[in-house]
Amino acid sequence: MIDLIQTYWKSYLWSDGFALTGLAMTLWLLVLSCALGFVLAIPLAIARTSRNPWLWRPVWLFTFVFRGTPLFVQLLMIYSGFAGIRFIRHSPLLWSFFRSGFDCVIVSFVVNTCAYTTEIFAGAIRATPYGEIEAGQAIGMSRATLYRRVILPSSLRRSLPAYSNEVIFMLHSTSVAFTATVPDLLKVAVDVNAATFMTFQAYGIAAIIYLGVTFLLVGLFRRAERRWLGHLQPQTAQASPAPKEQPC
Amino acid sequence: MLNLCVKDIHKRFGALEVLKGVSLNAQAGDVISIIGSSGSGKSTLLRCINFLEQPDAGTVSLNGEEIRMITHRFGHRVPADHKQLLRLRTRLGMVFQHFNLWAHMTALENVAEGPVHVLGLPRAEALRRARLYLDKVGLEGIEGKYPAHLSGGQQQRVAIARALAMEPDVLMFDEPTSALDPELVGEVLKVMQKLAGEGRTMIVVTHEMGFARDVSSHVIFLHNGRIEEEGAPDRLLDESRSERLKQFLSTVRK
Repeated sequence: MIDLIQTYWKSYLWSDGFALTGLAMTLWLLVLSCALGFVLAIPLAIARTSRNPWLWRPVWLFTFVFRGTPLFVQLLMIYSGFAGIRFIRHSPLLWSFFRSGFDCVIVSFVVNTCAYTTEIFAGAIRATPYGEIEAGQAIGMSRATLYRRVILPSSLRRSLPAYSNEVIFMLHSTSVAFTATVPDLLKVAVDVNAATFMTFQAYGIAAIIYLGVTFLLVGLFRRAERRWLGHLQPQTAQASPAPKEQPC
Repeated sequence: MLNLCVKDIHKRFGALEVLKGVSLNAQAGDVISIIGSSGSGKSTLLRCINFLEQPDAGTVSLNGEEIRMITHRFGHRVPADHKQLLRLRTRLGMVFQHFNLWAHMTALENVAEGPVHVLGLPRAEALRRARLYLDKVGLEGIEGKYPAHLSGGQQQRVAIARALAMEPDVLMFDEPTSALDPELVGEVLKVMQKLAGEGRTMIVVTHEMGFARDVSSHVIFLHNGRIEEEGAPDRLLDESRSERLKQFLSTVRK
């Protein structure tokens, strides 16, 4: 066990000497897919809550399909399936993109987390107190200002607890990346297992690292909630009126 | 010269005709109280003036500029020019029954929001203005608090400051004290009385007969979507001619 750690700790954490591997790769996948998914989910959530059927119906279909099918199937269709489509194979640009396992993983992760995030945000937008919207209208806000200053800030805050769940699920989902040859944390564990046959230890170390990251994420989101949802929490005796730094 | 002219407003919700042709006229310094039993159309009238509800017929004009309406498909009438509508709304301040403060902003941010993001004032100037109006409604020292951490009376005073910070031509109050605990009603009424004393033009939907009598210059009694009786407060409240108004006054005075 000690030998195993001494030999492979670098691969588990950030590099096997050639490429980014292990925890570093897992975090890179997580950050990239969550960031892109987040950015895309905002306009989609606005469209999802629109009254115009030409806007909400396509988004509804998108979220239904990508929340209704397993992430692993989506990844296989993109990584293995696209290679069999002649149109993609014969387009130099598309083929150079989808030939890379990493690119396929990112595309499937972004699309998947974006679908879930869209529904989380759309739910929060629907839950905006109508009086707050009317107050914005009554003061003369345009629709764009109303979204930018009232509806989105209020709904994104409200969706923090649900969104933190989505990020943690996404962390665990990154473990399917190894099937597309991306050297993430699980890929390192698989390789270590193959090299040493210390199966329990090889996967156990990966599990402990996943657990540690989850622990950090939970802490991070708790801080975020204290910062951005402070306006809904009961005041404590020593709470300062300043909304910014509060002791943790 | 300030002049808000509301003419012949009709509004129906489905089969229910809530307003059957109501007109009112406000000049600079007027304080108009609108009274009437629940369901008489008071709030709807107020909400038609700034188009939170779209009136089915009738016109609203401020200082001679009439809001142009067009008939949408399905027969709704909507303001033709959205820019013109937004301009009207910045000139008409609105205070709601349930305050409707933005929960994620502090009191100061609530008040500075309109000046910065609607009027486009520089931030520093808007914050200075926001502090000024918070002081005016007697709320020094609560700038950094969120609405959820304030009492109802304080929240309503922040909402009044928010309306004032836009420096509107007309302030409209939609039952501003109806959602408050009885002991908090006084602090809000006192602020409103002070504003009236400064010569501000106000339209107030209210159940506070004391306020209607002592502060307003004109009282309108709405019944079933029509103006049943209107006039100077003393005359209207003491020598009401309409049976309905007499009946209404006898129930609220009990």
